[in-house]
Amino acid sequence: MTNTLPKGSVRFDRVAKRYGNVTALKELSLEIEPGTLVTLLGPSGCGKTTTLRLIAGLESASEGSIFIGGQDVTHLSATYRKVSMVFQSYALFPHMTVLENVAYGLTVKRMRKAEAKQRAEMGLELVGLKGFGNRLPSELSGGQQQRVAVARAIVLEPEVLLLDEPLSNLDAKLRRHVREEIRQIQQRLGLTAVYVTHDQEEAMAVSDRIIVMRNAEIAQEGSPHDLYERPASAFIADFIGDANLVDVEVTAASSSGAEIALCGRKLTLPSAAAPTGPAKLVLRPHQIKLDRMPGQSTFPAEITYAAYLGNQIQYTLQGELGSLFAVAPPIAGAPQVGSSVFVSFEPTEARLVSA
Amino acid sequence: MKKTTALWLALGLAGYVLLPWYETDAGLLDPAVLAAYIRGEVPSGLAQMLFHGRWWLAAPLIGFAGSLAVLLVVKAQRQAAIGLVTFTAAGLALSAMQGLLIIPSGARLLSFPGTEVGQGSMGIGALLTFCGLLFTLTTGISGLGKGRGDAFVCGLIGAIVASVGVFVFYPVLHVLLRAFELRDKTGYGFGEFLPRLLSADIWGAKCLVFAGPCGSGTNSLILALMTGLGTTVLGLAFALIFTRTNFRAKGLLRVLTIIPIITPPFVIGLALILLFGRSGTVTNLLADVFELERTRWLYGFWGVYLAQVLSFTPIAFLVLIGVVEGVSPSMEEASQTLDADRWQTFRYVSLPLMRPGLANAFLLGFIESLADFGNPLVLGGNFNVLSTEIYFAIVGAVADPARAAILSIALLFLTLGVFLIQRRWVGKKSYTTVTGKADSGRHAALNPGLRAACYALALPWAAFTAVVYSMIAFGSLVKLWGYDHTFTLAHYARAFAIDIGHGLRFTGSAWDSFFTTLGIAAISAPLTALIGLATAYLLVRQRFFGKAAFEFSTMLSFAIPGTVIGVAYVMAFNFPPIELTGTAIILVIVFIFRNMPVGVRGGIAAMSQLDKSLDEASTMLGANSFTTARRVLAPLLGPAILAAVTYSFVRSITSVSAVIFLVSARHNMATSFIVGRVENGDFGVAIAYSAVLILTMLAAILTLQFTIGQRRLRRTNRLEAA
Ligand SMILES: Nc1ncnc2c1ncn2[C@@H]1O[C@H](COP(=O)(O)OP(=O)(O)O)[C@@H](O)[C@H]1O
Ligand SMILES: [Mg+2]
Repeated sequence: MTNTLPKGSVRFDRVAKRYGNVTALKELSLEIEPGTLVTLLGPSGCGKTTTLRLIAGLESASEGSIFIGGQDVTHLSATYRKVSMVFQSYALFPHMTVLENVAYGLTVKRMRKAEAKQRAEMGLELVGLKGFGNRLPSELSGGQQQRVAVARAIVLEPEVLLLDEPLSNLDAKLRRHVREEIRQIQQRLGLTAVYVTHDQEEAMAVSDRIIVMRNAEIAQEGSPHDLYERPASAFIADFIGDANLVDVEVTAASSSGAEIALCGRKLTLPSAAAPTGPAKLVLRPHQIKLDRMPGQSTFPAEITYAAYLGNQIQYTLQGELGSLFAVAPPIAGAPQVGSSVFVSFEPTEARLVSA
Repeated sequence: MKKTTALWLALGLAGYVLLPWYETDAGLLDPAVLAAYIRGEVPSGLAQMLFHGRWWLAAPLIGFAGSLAVLLVVKAQRQAAIGLVTFTAAGLALSAMQGLLIIPSGARLLSFPGTEVGQGSMGIGALLTFCGLLFTLTTGISGLGKGRGDAFVCGLIGAIVASVGVFVFYPVLHVLLRAFELRDKTGYGFGEFLPRLLSADIWGAKCLVFAGPCGSGTNSLILALMTGLGTTVLGLAFALIFTRTNFRAKGLLRVLTIIPIITPPFVIGLALILLFGRSGTVTNLLADVFELERTRWLYGFWGVYLAQVLSFTPIAFLVLIGVVEGVSPSMEEASQTLDADRWQTFRYVSLPLMRPGLANAFLLGFIESLADFGNPLVLGGNFNVLSTEIYFAIVGAVADPARAAILSIALLFLTLGVFLIQRRWVGKKSYTTVTGKADSGRHAALNPGLRAACYALALPWAAFTAVVYSMIAFGSLVKLWGYDHTFTLAHYARAFAIDIGHGLRFTGSAWDSFFTTLGIAAISAPLTALIGLATAYLLVRQRFFGKAAFEFSTMLSFAIPGTVIGVAYVMAFNFPPIELTGTAIILVIVFIFRNMPVGVRGGIAAMSQLDKSLDEASTMLGANSFTTARRVLAPLLGPAILAAVTYSFVRSITSVSAVIFLVSARHNMATSFIVGRVENGDFGVAIAYSAVLILTMLAAILTLQFTIGQRRLRRTNRLEAA
């Protein structure tokens, strides 16, 4: 269990999957580098699980080809692919002890009992469950069961590790802890991992790269930073971190930024790029500044709702820019519901996406 | 793939080259047969073809030679698979054709030159040959990528399709064929079929206007309608009492759910005779006190109806408990918070939600009544229903197989029709309500009027059931019921005497059939469970080409009444190519395919509760589907397997309708022995024997419950220890 594990790449070449007349995936092409953790992120029903199960071999592609470690596995059954999976429900065998569970994959490959046991114990140690081998899965907590599932998957030294919403059965407090652990194990062993989640924060926290899916297609892919800073569409801007989307008109575009018309005022956004015509301005809630006095390029608004959350106050505003969602630090004298304020933002921080 | 293929080919070839192709008088291990085999007097298929002029037995050789050539020559996997499939399919088809077309005698559809020698029934060699070819074929198909490339799954599908085909559809087709036989036995034709199927002696309805007897089909229909209604109403009353009241003796009601499982179908009829027959207790009482005339009213429609409602109410109760419990309490609570009173809640919320379940219970009672054979046989008198008419057309004074076939088709149409209605119309709906999510909240209690109605309906009936069952205990312990009520064990002695004077000897008249019954039930039960669970596994866990058709045909075989299966087996397996009548094997087979539904239903229920990701996890860890089935599913399905084995064991013991056609002097079964006693008026022994059977089955069921209970206990102990 050193970092000499085989590292597999994954490649989809125009893979489509249909169930009867439901299209679960439309002509998807993707490439996953060896040794990276890539997340499939998207709203429920967009085809994430289907993609993962296609890599696993639990579903067969309707069209296209799938490659793992450079080898075409499109017609290879799941039993023979060097891929392991951690299931959403963990799928630990309830009639076997923890050790038997972890050793299962080794024993079905006809490894000698003693060796399989030793390897399984090493796997358990790796996930910090040394000494739990003789318990039944039902005698472990949710987080521990999760780690057994991970150990069971990685003792087989898979080329690719697949995880389908691995945290969804854990309570909120535990999630952050377990996701850090999964990430650490993945980095320590240099595993190629594909991780499915619908939680954008989780995806940002664990991934080298994120593939955002929508309606059976890839909407955008890139590093967490890329997706947040350079959303390619209104959907991505809103899905990766909250965003206010305000209709604007781009009047001039050049390599040094874009010039926009916003409520009859002209603004220059130096780090935004968009063709001339209608577009949407992306304003993150924390980028919105609230002042009591009007200033240069400020927009009047009224506070219609305020929620005090301890570390911040969340505001809903109605005004010239439409309905806005903003956050502010809970300092003394923060504006109250019903008060009139003036909204402004830093032009260098603002981004544009196509309308 | 190559290794598996080679193994199956070797097995098939061994059957073809080494073992006797045709059936021998006794098993191959019988000394006389073995000696003849060693002397070369019972040749193998290959030898028959080469040295005995039976050229047509070259058919399997096409499959074997072709497949071997493919294995040795073709390297590319896909091409090899195509080759294997082609050759084995051709070999199988030709081998089956020669078996069907070249027979020793009888009406031939076609005849070929050079086949005058004819041939007997297929034997062990042929069986192995067919298996070898079949599984080479399925392995080949798996190589084509069907069944997701899984040889085990393809083989399983092949085995089940082939066995259901041979032992369900092939015999039923025989019935269909016989129905087209011309009356003068000169051949087959369409001309007489429809007039006979629609004739007045089946569908006549004179009795409805009191102008004479009805046809047996009409009788069956009226009886089934009434029984379906009666059992549904009573079953609902019991179910409501059980789930919606705080009735004290619910434990006793639970007993009602076990009773039908362990009661041979004619036993209720017997007990009714003891009560209401010409010299029955009640009849005597009424005659003594009110000087009422002793009549034979019991032997006819009302007797059969009473017996059926008694027999099948528990089944409706079982179904309706699930239905009534399946109505989500939160719906009823919602209704009550909207200010509906209890009656309105029941009338406008609960009852409509139960409607599909009620329809389901009605149709079940309807089918059970149509298929029932034991009660009409014992109580029918001149009241003819289809199932008994079929029986008499086969064993009666003037045997008329063509008429039996026509009646069978009429019965089959009715049961299949109802079965299809049930599946299309209510089957799915009622399942979803039963398997809904666990729901907290409490069911609304019944309003007082309804509760009183339920009690008034159900409790007298429960008491009556208790009386009927106690008849079985008493009836076996008196000399001559109705005349001489002195206590005696003579009936038991006659049936179950043991002589230990000269070593242990079972001298009672019942022992033979008792041991045969237990033996055959014990052999068929595990096989039934195996094939039933395997079918359930395919239905729940696998996706494959033609699954819908597969599911439909296995379900369809559930709807075939026992009488029809019995007739079909007699017609199909009485002559080559498959001759099994008179053997114990045919009894084992009939039990397997009659009881398969028990295994399938149990398996489906149990497997649906196991999360599919368990199988998938095992697959991802590199196990093939056979290993997954063996190491993950089988241990987790332990209780379900045990239950399937026990229930098919018990059902084999109580079964009468199909068996009665297939027993022989050497292999008599308990139920047909008892029916024989009843026909001779020997009620004492019949009832004593029935009581022993009921106790035997009760013991089996209690053992099962105990074993499953123990398993659960072990698990919790382990938990506490940790
Ligand atoms: N076995 C199936 N049969 C039919 N449709 C399916 C099946 N599995 C998934 N789908 C459909 O495919 C689409 C994608 O599903 P899935 O990949 O599970 O989405 P998610 O992104 O939530 O994991 C959904 O519309 C779903 O309804
Ligand atoms: Mg999913």
